[in-house]
Amino acid sequence: MRSDRGQSAPIGLKLAATGGLLFLHLPILLIFVYAFTTEEKSFVWPPPGLTTQWFAITWNRPDVWQALSLSVRVAAISTAIALVLGTLCAAAVSRTKFFGRETISLLVILPIALPGIITGIALRSAFALAEIPFSFWTIVLGHATFCVVVVYNNAVARFRRTSGSMIEASMDLGADGFQTFRHVVLPNIATALLAGGMLAFALSFDEVIVTTFTAGQQQTVPIWMLEELIRPRQRPVTNVVAMVVVLVTLLPILAAYYLTRDGDQIAGSGK
Amino acid sequence: MSLDAAMPRATTPAILPGSGGLRGALSDLFWRRPQLLLLLMLLPPVLWLGIVYIGSLFALLLQSFFSIDEFSGLINREFTLKTYGDLLQAANLDIILRTVTMAALVTFASAVIAFPIAYYAARYARGRWKALFYLGVMLPLWSSYLVKIYAWKLILAKEGILTWLLAKLHLLWLLDAWLSLPIVGGNSLSVSSTGTFIVFVYVWLPFMILPVQAALERVPGNLVEASSDLGASPGQTFRNVLFPLALPGIVAGSIFTFSLTLGDYIIPQIIGTSRLFIGQAVYSQQGTAGNIPLAAAFTVVPIVIMGFYLWGAKRMGAFDAL
Repeated sequence: MRSDRGQSAPIGLKLAATGGLLFLHLPILLIFVYAFTTEEKSFVWPPPGLTTQWFAITWNRPDVWQALSLSVRVAAISTAIALVLGTLCAAAVSRTKFFGRETISLLVILPIALPGIITGIALRSAFALAEIPFSFWTIVLGHATFCVVVVYNNAVARFRRTSGSMIEASMDLGADGFQTFRHVVLPNIATALLAGGMLAFALSFDEVIVTTFTAGQQQTVPIWMLEELIRPRQRPVTNVVAMVVVLVTLLPILAAYYLTRDGDQIAGSGK
Repeated sequence: MSLDAAMPRATTPAILPGSGGLRGALSDLFWRRPQLLLLLMLLPPVLWLGIVYIGSLFALLLQSFFSIDEFSGLINREFTLKTYGDLLQAANLDIILRTVTMAALVTFASAVIAFPIAYYAARYARGRWKALFYLGVMLPLWSSYLVKIYAWKLILAKEGILTWLLAKLHLLWLLDAWLSLPIVGGNSLSVSSTGTFIVFVYVWLPFMILPVQAALERVPGNLVEASSDLGASPGQTFRNVLFPLALPGIVAGSIFTFSLTLGDYIIPQIIGTSRLFIGQAVYSQQGTAGNIPLAAAFTVVPIVIMGFYLWGAKRMGAFDAL
C-alpha cells in the first residue's frame, strides 16, 4: 500500500515537468499556425494575416503528390516485409531456446542502434559495389531492414504474454499446425502486429537519413522536405506539408497506443 | 451462462479430423521435427538482415582499408592503413572532438530536463494523467523528425517567435550578448552552435525521458519518505537516494542521446554553423568528394565510441533499465 497517494507534488517539480512538456509540444503546435500565415518570404512572427489559400496551392502541386505517393508505397511494402520477417523472428526467439538466440535479437536491433548514417552509407556502398541502380526497391530494402525491429519488439512482448499451453491445448484437441496458427496464435497476436505495423509505417514514412543514401533522384516526402529546408522555394507550401505530415504520423501512433496499452509496451525505444 | 453459450457448438465434434494431404503431412512433419520449423522461421529474417545489413556493413568496413588515388580520384583496392592515417589529421580530429563534445553536452542537458518530467510521471501522475504523460512523450518521439527541425527553424529565425518574445520582455540585449560570444554565437540563433544544441536536445529528449521514467517507476515511494523521515533535506534525498537509483535509467537514455547525436548530419546542416560534425563529414566525403574509403573510416569512429560507451553502460547496469 502506497502511503503517498493523494499527496501532491512540490511546486518546483510541477513547474519543471510542465515546462518540459511544453518545450516538447509548443514547437509542433507552432507549425499549425504557420500553415495559415499570409507571409511568403520569411518566418516572421506574429503572422501578418491568416489565409487558407496555401492548402489549395499545395493541393495542386504535382511534386508533392508524387512524393506522397512514393512515400506511401514504400511504407506499405516495407511494412509488409517487416511484418513477415519480424513476426517469424519473434516467434522463433520467444518459443524456443536455441544456440545464438541472443545474437539474433542483437542482429534485429542493430540497424536501429547504430546511427542511421552508417546503415545508409553501408547500403549505398554495397549497391555501388554490386552495381545495383537506385530504384523503388533500393529504398524498400533499406526501410524494411530497420522496420523489422519495431514489429519484432511488439510481437515479442505479446508472445511473452501468450501462454504456451493454449497452443498445446489446440494441438491436443486435434488441430494441425496451420489451424493452430490460424485460430489460436493469430487472434492472440493480431493487435500487437497491427500496432507494430502502424509504427513501422510511421517510421518508414518519416525516415530521411537512410533514404538520402538509397533513393538516388527519387523524392519521398521527407526528402522533399529536406530539399525545401536546404533550398527553400515556396515556404508556405512547406508549412502546409509539414502540418499534414504531423497529422498523418499522429494517427497511427495514437492507434498503436490504444491497441497495445493493456500492459505491454509499444516499441518506443530506439527509433 | 457459459454452458448456454457452449451448447450450439456441441453439435460439431470436439476433435477435428486430420486434414490429410500435403498440408497435413507438412503439419505432422513440423510437429515431429520442431528444429525444422525453427529453422524455416529463422531463415528469412536472418538471410535478409545477414545479407542486406551485415553484408553491407562488412563491405563498408572493408572499404575503409582501401585508399583513394589522389590524382585520378579512383579507389585503389589494396589493403592499406593510409586512410586511417588521413583520419588522424588535425582537421578531422577537430571534427571528432566537436561532435563528441556536442554529444556529451546534449546528453547532460537532456538528462537535466528529462528528470523532472520522468519523476513527476512516475511518482505523482495517476490514471488518466499517467496516460496523458505517456502520450505526451510518445507523440513528440514519433512525430516527424524533419518537421521538428523545421519548427525550430521557424522559432530560431531572426524574425521568428523567439526574438519577438525576447523583444516583448525587453531581453534582446541578452540574446545579442550571447550571440556575440565566440564559438557558441553567430549572426542569429539559427546559424549558431547554440541553435544546433537546442535542436539536438529537443529532438532526442523523449529518448531520455522514457528509460529514466522506467527506472524511477521501480523506486518505491516509501524509500523517499523514509529518507525524509530520517531528516534528510529534499536535496539530500535526491543526491543519496533518488539519483543513484535513477542512474541506470539515465545511462540507458544517454546511449540514445549520445549515439544519435554522434551520427546525425541533418540537424547541424540545417541549423548551425559551417563547422562540420562527423555525420556531415561522412556525407560530404562519400558524396561530393567521392572518397568512400575515408567516409568508411569516419563511420568507424562512432562505432568504436559507441562500442566503448555500451561496454561502460553495461557495467553500470543500464541494460536492465531499457
